[in-house]
Order: sequence, then C-alpha cells, then structure tokens
Amino acid sequence: MNPLVEAITEMREEDAVRLAQEELRTGTSPAEVMDHCREAMAIIGQRFEAGDCFVPELILAGEILRQISDVVKPHLTQATETKKIGRVVIGTVKGDIHDIGKDIVAFMLDANGFEVKDLGVDVPDVKFVEAVQEFQPQVVGLSGFLTLAYEPMKNTIKALRDAGFAGKIMIGGGEMDEQVRQFTDADAYGKDAVAAVSLAKQWVGVA
Amino acid sequence: MEKQLSSDEKREALFQRWLSPKDPLGNAIPFQSPEAEQAYQARINRIRDAVQMEKTPDRVPVIVAPSFYPVYYSGMTPHDVMYDYDKLATAFKKFALDFGADVHIGATAPGPGKMYEILDYKLYSWPGHGVAPESSYQCNEGEYMKADEYDALIQDPSGYFSNVYLPRVFGAMAPLQMLPFLPGILEIYGVAYNFIPFGIPPVQGAYKALMEAGAEALKWAGAVGGVAAELGSLGYPALWGGFTKAPFDMIGDTLRGTKGIMLDIYRQPKKLLEAMEAITPLMIKLGVGAAQMTGQPVIFMPLHKGADGFLSQEHFEKFYWPSLKNVILGLIEAGCVPNPAAEGGYNSRFDVVKDLPKGKTLWMIDQSDMAKAKETLGQNACLMGNIPSSMLSFGKPEEVKAYARNLIETAGKGGGFILGNGAFFDQAQPENIKAMVETAKEHGAYK
Repeated sequence: MNPLVEAITEMREEDAVRLAQEELRTGTSPAEVMDHCREAMAIIGQRFEAGDCFVPELILAGEILRQISDVVKPHLTQATETKKIGRVVIGTVKGDIHDIGKDIVAFMLDANGFEVKDLGVDVPDVKFVEAVQEFQPQVVGLSGFLTLAYEPMKNTIKALRDAGFAGKIMIGGGEMDEQVRQFTDADAYGKDAVAAVSLAKQWVGVA
Repeated sequence: MEKQLSSDEKREALFQRWLSPKDPLGNAIPFQSPEAEQAYQARINRIRDAVQMEKTPDRVPVIVAPSFYPVYYSGMTPHDVMYDYDKLATAFKKFALDFGADVHIGATAPGPGKMYEILDYKLYSWPGHGVAPESSYQCNEGEYMKADEYDALIQDPSGYFSNVYLPRVFGAMAPLQMLPFLPGILEIYGVAYNFIPFGIPPVQGAYKALMEAGAEALKWAGAVGGVAAELGSLGYPALWGGFTKAPFDMIGDTLRGTKGIMLDIYRQPKKLLEAMEAITPLMIKLGVGAAQMTGQPVIFMPLHKGADGFLSQEHFEKFYWPSLKNVILGLIEAGCVPNPAAEGGYNSRFDVVKDLPKGKTLWMIDQSDMAKAKETLGQNACLMGNIPSSMLSFGKPEEVKAYARNLIETAGKGGGFILGNGAFFDQAQPENIKAMVETAKEHGAYK
C-alpha cells in the first residue's frame, strides 16, 4: 500500500500530512496525491460500512484531508481536477439547526466523487428550490435530527416537486425511518452516511 | 460516632421521602383525596418494584416522557411557554392529567426564556432567539473549551467553570473571567487585592445580571414546582429527582463539542482520560446533591456519544464506559437510582454495560432491540421504553398497541420493565399516546 494511503487509513495525522508534502516534493503530481487521498477515503468508507470505523475516524480523516488539500491545492490546475460523478444538494431542513450528521454525509459524498452543494442548517424550502434550479443536482439530501423536522421535510419535498425537480430525494437523521419516509414522500431513507453514498451512487448510475 | 448508612439504607430513605412528598419548607404536601394519596404511593411502588427486580409489580408501569409535545398538544408554541410560566404550567398539567401515565417528568424542559436573555446564553438557540417561535431550543455546538485547556480543567474544574467556561457561554458573565483565584484568599496580608475585581464596574454589572437572572429563575421554578406539587397531590409522582451526565458527554456535548472530543481521542487521549477521571466525582456529586435536595432517588442521565455507530467498541470501552460506570456506581453507593437514557441504538453496548449491580438502575432504551436488551442488560437492570417516535407520529393506535403488547411480553417478562416512548418527542398523535398508556393498564398485569 502507498505510504500516504496507509498513514491516512491508520489515522496517523502528522505522518499523513508530512508524507503528502514529501510526495509533492519528490515529484508526485498534485492530482496523484489527491488520488491517494481518495483511495484512502474509499478504504475508510468501506470500513465505516463494515462497522470498523466510526465518527472519530471520519472526523479525523476529514481533518487530515483538509490539511493535505490545503498543501496540494495551490499546485492543482483546473485541468487536473478530477471529474465528479454527480451533483448533490444537501441541507438540514427549516427549524432544525443540527449539522454534525449532515456534515458527515456531505463529507462522505465529496470523498466519493460527488460535487456537493451544502446549504447549511435551518434551510427554508425556497432556498432548496433555488439551489436545485441553479445547481441542477441529480440528488437532494434532507437532514433533520428532531421529530420537529418531519413536517418541514414533507413541505420541502413538496416544494421541490412543485418546482419541477425530477431527481431523487433522500432523508436521514436521528428520528428518521421508513415510516417517516412514507410521510414525507421522499424516495429513500438512509440510516447513515454510507447508506447516503450508496443511494446517491445508485441514482447516478455508478453503483 | 454516628452509624454510617449502607447504600441500600440510603436508597430506602430516599424512597421513603419520595413516598411522602414535602414542600421546600418541609411541610407535607396534602393530597386532594385519600384515593389520590393511595394512587400516588401505588404508582411509586410500581416503579420501585420494577426497578428493584425483587418481585414483579402489580402491573407494568407506564411513562410518557415528552420533549415539547405537551406544548403543541395544548395548542401553544415553545415560545409561549418559555416566556409565560402560567402557560407552561397549564400545558404540562393538562398533558399529565389527560394521558394519566404512572409517572411524569415535570415541566422542567422548557426553561425561562427571559433568564436566557438576561444572561445572553450563547450555547443554545431558543424560540424567538435563533430558532422560530414554533421550534424547540437547540444546541449551538462549538469548542467552548479550547483544545489546550485540559490542564486547566483537570487542575481546578470549578475554577475553570467560573472563570473560563461560563464567561464564554453566558455573554453577561464575560466579566467574571476577572474573578480572583479564590484559594488565594488566605490571610489578612494582601487579602484586599483579591477583592479589587468586585469593585470594577463590568464585574458589578455581571453580578447585577446574575441577580436579575436569579429572580427570573425563581419565578419559573415557582411555576414548575407548582406543577409537580399539584400533580403529586392528585396522585401523580414525578420520576426524576435530579440530573447528571456521563463524563465523556459532559466534555463532548458542551465543552469541547462533538468534533473537538472526537479529535481528542486521537490527538490527546491521555488528557481526555485524565479530565474524565477528574470530573467523575463532580458528576456523582451533581446527581447525589440533587437527590438529597428533592428527596427523590431517580437521577436522569441522557447518554449521547456512546451510542452504536458513534465510537468503535474499543473506544467505547476505553473512553466512554469506565467513567460512566464510575458515576453510576457512585450514585448507587449514595442511594440513588441512576436512570441512563440510551439514546439512539445501544445494541453493540449491552454486553459491556450489563455488569451492574442487580436492581439498582433504570435504563431508558430508544431504538435498540428490546429482546436483546432484556437478555443482556435487562438481567440486571430495569428497562424503560421503546415505542418509536415515528410510530407515535405516523402509526395507528392498533399498531402502537400491538408493539406495546409485544414489549410487555418480551421486555416485561418477569418484571423489570416500564413501558414508555424511546426518545423525547415533540410530535405525536394523541390517540397513539393514549393507546400506549391503555396497553399497560389493560395488558400489563402480572399474575
């Protein structure tokens, strides 16, 4: 295994950042360094899916990735940016300001090659509709932690459909389940970030 | 020398105090009828038999533990009840009496909005202040304790709270970071230097705000205490005598924040462990002190960051459970009944947490497999729950009844079970709550 990939997947933060700098210095192309990061994230994603990797590892991997991309970004040209596999608009619905679960899902989608537009928390219907019209995503992800999010989720989905959005909509968060999905009319409910990624991949046809 | 009470004797004393409620001045609260008094005691004994697991109660007890549901149910908004304490009292009394569960959890959840304003509370957004009037309050996660402040917390937790943490989360208390180092006030030589901060106008302003906040808290407490006293006099006891937390959650929820503590597991594990050890006695004291003051043994402990999927099993066993276990054991030793609420799923944790003294704890279970919970943790601990929030909102009463009956048959087998909802909820259909309570009464009897 490439030493950088190994350092990231083993959560050796300082080694990982140092190895990324070393790769750049010794002639590895910036795009290749980012490929190593993606390879590491894919492994971490698989481990998360298998139940061998949890929130601390996802958050730390996110921090490592952020530090490495800060180092690599200045060297990247437009042409070397990799092609994205799909676009996702994501946000926590109106009335709910929880962001940790949503951030993890956004991060995992990004790490899996999606272009993610994160609208933040307490997002009103109209902001979702505007973002969808502007960004043209294949997938919308709605997050909510509280039972209070049930109604706003349903309303947001209705607003998106009324505005003509024909893509897929998934929901997730603390008190969400299949029964809530039926109530809100979402296309799917995902129980965690891995489920969100696999739904999105399936919907853009790369799964 | 006075004889030391054993932990069982201390618990018995607290149960006796719970059975004969008194007002803050020590006068017995009169019941509204002999039937109410009988019902009050029968309900506590039902809970007690379920918790202590020595014999089965007469029937499975039932609790409804809401978040802001009573407010919506009464046609009000969270903003209404956080700013008008009469409305607060009306909503929570109506809720408890309309559904008639064995115990209630009081009207404490919606705090006094005006007090938060006076103090400029930054840790939460509340209705009208950062969230809509129709929404419940929600936490603003952040690193209120910085990554390099573990030593300060470990050396002097109370000093850290008074001079650093509280001035950060309450804007009005910001000047209190100038407070003197109190253990330095020792003898007449130089003692006056320590009092200089109290002469500085911003510090005086902070104390003025604290006094106003205290006055507002008293008004609110009058209403909340009135609800508990009236429901008690009608035969409905309140479950909780106080509150404390798992040390990991204490640091992770409101000091370092989720992101902060998760990174600390990798970046400074020793400091994190040391800090949790340092605050363990304080978390015990928090619960025990409350139980002593209220005369009620059950101490609520919402568990957050140890749920399935948050931490690996290895990290749970190293970082989450040992200090939580010590808090639980410390509470038991002092005669309390710890009531951890295992929010989210806990399926992977039951085998770890099951080794507790039998009949001393009460676990609220949210989304876990109750049959598995019964086989493991349930062998030693009373379980409470786990009707899903989504079912209370979108299910049909028959569905709730079937689910509840199944719980009574599995988790309720042989006692050690209280029927209830799994998570604190804002939304539900009243018919579904009625169905839950009725099922315990109609099908919960032990032969």
